[in-house]
Amino acid sequence: MATVSANPARAEASSTARALREAVFAGIIAFGLFVLYVGLKTDQNISNELILVQRWGLLAIFVGVAMVARFIGVLYVQPFLKRRRTAKSEASDLELQPSYFRRNFSTIAIIALVLYPPLMVALFGTQGSLKWVDNFGIQILIYVMLAWGLNIVVGLAGLLDLGYVAFYAVGAYSYALLSTHLGLSFWVLLPLSGLLAAVWGMVLGFPVLRLRGDYLAIVTLAFGEIIRLVLINWTDVTQGTFGVSGVAKASIFGIYSFDVGAANNFAKVWGLPMSAAYYKIFLFYVILALALLTAFVTIRLRRMPVGRAWEALREDEIACRSLGINTVTTKLTAFATGAMFGGFAGSFFAARQGFVSPESFVFLESAVILAIVVLGGMGSLVGIAVAAVLMIGGTEILRELTFLKAVFGPDFTPELYRMLIFGLAMVVVMVLKPRGFVGSREPSAFLHERKSVSSSFTKEGHG
Amino acid sequence: MEYFVQQLVNGLTLGSIYGMIAIGYTMVYGIIGMINFAHGDIFMLGGFAALIVFLALTSLFAGIPVVLALLIMMIVAMIMASLWNWTIERVAYRPLRGSFRLAPLITAIGMSIALSNFIQVTQGPRNKPIPPLVSSVYNIAGISISLKQIIIILITAILLSVFWYIVHRTPLGRAQRATEQDRKMAALLGIDVDRTISVTFIMGAALAAVAGTMYLMYYGVVVFTDGFIPGVKAFTAAVLGGIGSLPGAVLGGLLIGLIESLWSAYFTIDYKDVATFSILAIVLIFKPSGILGRPEVEKV
Repeated sequence: MATVSANPARAEASSTARALREAVFAGIIAFGLFVLYVGLKTDQNISNELILVQRWGLLAIFVGVAMVARFIGVLYVQPFLKRRRTAKSEASDLELQPSYFRRNFSTIAIIALVLYPPLMVALFGTQGSLKWVDNFGIQILIYVMLAWGLNIVVGLAGLLDLGYVAFYAVGAYSYALLSTHLGLSFWVLLPLSGLLAAVWGMVLGFPVLRLRGDYLAIVTLAFGEIIRLVLINWTDVTQGTFGVSGVAKASIFGIYSFDVGAANNFAKVWGLPMSAAYYKIFLFYVILALALLTAFVTIRLRRMPVGRAWEALREDEIACRSLGINTVTTKLTAFATGAMFGGFAGSFFAARQGFVSPESFVFLESAVILAIVVLGGMGSLVGIAVAAVLMIGGTEILRELTFLKAVFGPDFTPELYRMLIFGLAMVVVMVLKPRGFVGSREPSAFLHERKSVSSSFTKEGHG
Repeated sequence: MEYFVQQLVNGLTLGSIYGMIAIGYTMVYGIIGMINFAHGDIFMLGGFAALIVFLALTSLFAGIPVVLALLIMMIVAMIMASLWNWTIERVAYRPLRGSFRLAPLITAIGMSIALSNFIQVTQGPRNKPIPPLVSSVYNIAGISISLKQIIIILITAILLSVFWYIVHRTPLGRAQRATEQDRKMAALLGIDVDRTISVTFIMGAALAAVAGTMYLMYYGVVVFTDGFIPGVKAFTAAVLGGIGSLPGAVLGGLLIGLIESLWSAYFTIDYKDVATFSILAIVLIFKPSGILGRPEVEKV
């Protein structure tokens, strides 16, 4: 070893040789992995029989990419990461004064979000703004709100919930069914569906009080699936897989309506040309307000005894119990509060889509929400919002990449790759940054001075 | 009565498939304490490998004997699934060993999403039907038992005994059990812990691939979403039997299969998955250690 490092030229050569060896190895593995699935494709011929289509060129590309990636990785990326790690450990612990932008990040972000719809209208016109406000703005904000709601359960109380989408479904179906059958308005049903979801949170939370960690995760997954299956099979009420359609739109507190035929239609009253964009812009502000409410409640609750109890529960359940904290009420309030925000988001979702079906509440949604919470660095509201923008916005952008058609031919549909890339991104981000995007937390309680601690010192809880 | 026995046979067949998948869950959970969420998708990959090999065999050698075809399908599927699971463990789980407990669960969920969508992208989203491989049916005292049911139950029995032998009678199995009990101590005693864990993933994947082949043979169809529901059911089976216990996994699988087919036969077929999930919840709440598992002692 010593002789090698004494001679830089030989060290260089040996590391290149090692990279080459690794690249060949990676190529063999990649060939093995992809030979059946990429090299051959099962297709139906005219008489509906399966036949194999050979795609050896594509397989060669896969293997080649794997080899090149491994070669570059071993030769350049690994030494770079190693250098950076040593540089980091040698750097002093002195906290640098964060920049103005970083200190006021939340204020700037909120102002930017309030200005977002008018800006989009100005840039793309009323009709053109529709896509940007709806697909990017509202879609991302729904996930931000859901993730912040789940954060109360997972990030604060440390209860791993894989069935969060069930409460989203409860909220959506409460609004859809009660508004179509009883004709109640959005603003009456919004709090009501939140309440119903909270009750369901308690009902489902009660049996799992004794469970911890992975088992809790699996039981909540089972509950989520049970609710979805009931929604599918209880056709008398939910109309099964057909879903409930024609769900009433929300109105501006009953003053202006967005129904095309109504006399107090917003566009008609103000003499504007008819467009779906006004409704979307209105919805954007509604979900923004709801999401900010979630954040506000979370921040305030963390300062209150119940929030302190949640965080104590996350850190150590046994210590928590020996200090006289009632773990039953602590867990149930966490489940109920988290579920309530899921319910709010659900009824908003129903009002936005005008249609709900069990398709929207599959396990994948729970997984996506949980992934956002964990990738954002559990417990950090800003981190979660950043993660939601990156993960949801990133996959939405894929829909827009039509220029890729020019590269890969007209058959190329980027939407197909959305979830594939999402899944891989979950893995890559987790491996590179296991503590999430925001790796530090403000302590809730502190002695003498407020010091940011690395979140590697905080536990994720086993409750 | 005949109807009941008939359902019993169907349930046992289905349960054998679940049991084979469940062994992979139970071994991995036992040794590193993580729910390998992608295991169901490994099962699906195994099914697809068998499908592709079947198509290749029938187009290359038209008159190949069924037994030989099945054997080749099974072996290739085992190799493919093992390679995939080995790679996934290396890439997605090993770097996170020693990180916080949620991290590997998240990468496993990510891998599960990625794998099923990978198959959707490369093989297409449609159902993949194949003509029946084995069609003989025997009639014994009014109960019809098909040859494929006999094959599935036999293969499960053989594989379970082989695995039981490996885990309880070979040095490799001893290393696995030692790693399961105390990873650090096992490493101190000269066991290559990383290698043992890799081998565990490979063994689990091989069994899942056999289950995938059997599934393809039994139902004659496979689709890219097939990993999720059988995966969750197999996990239920592993928990029901007592996680970490091999006979427990198979017992749990058989019970889940029986419950499912009896529920479909006597109640409504719509709610059969609700029944399975309810059983999962009830078992975890009232007897988290399962039927054959050791109760976990809470350490302070």
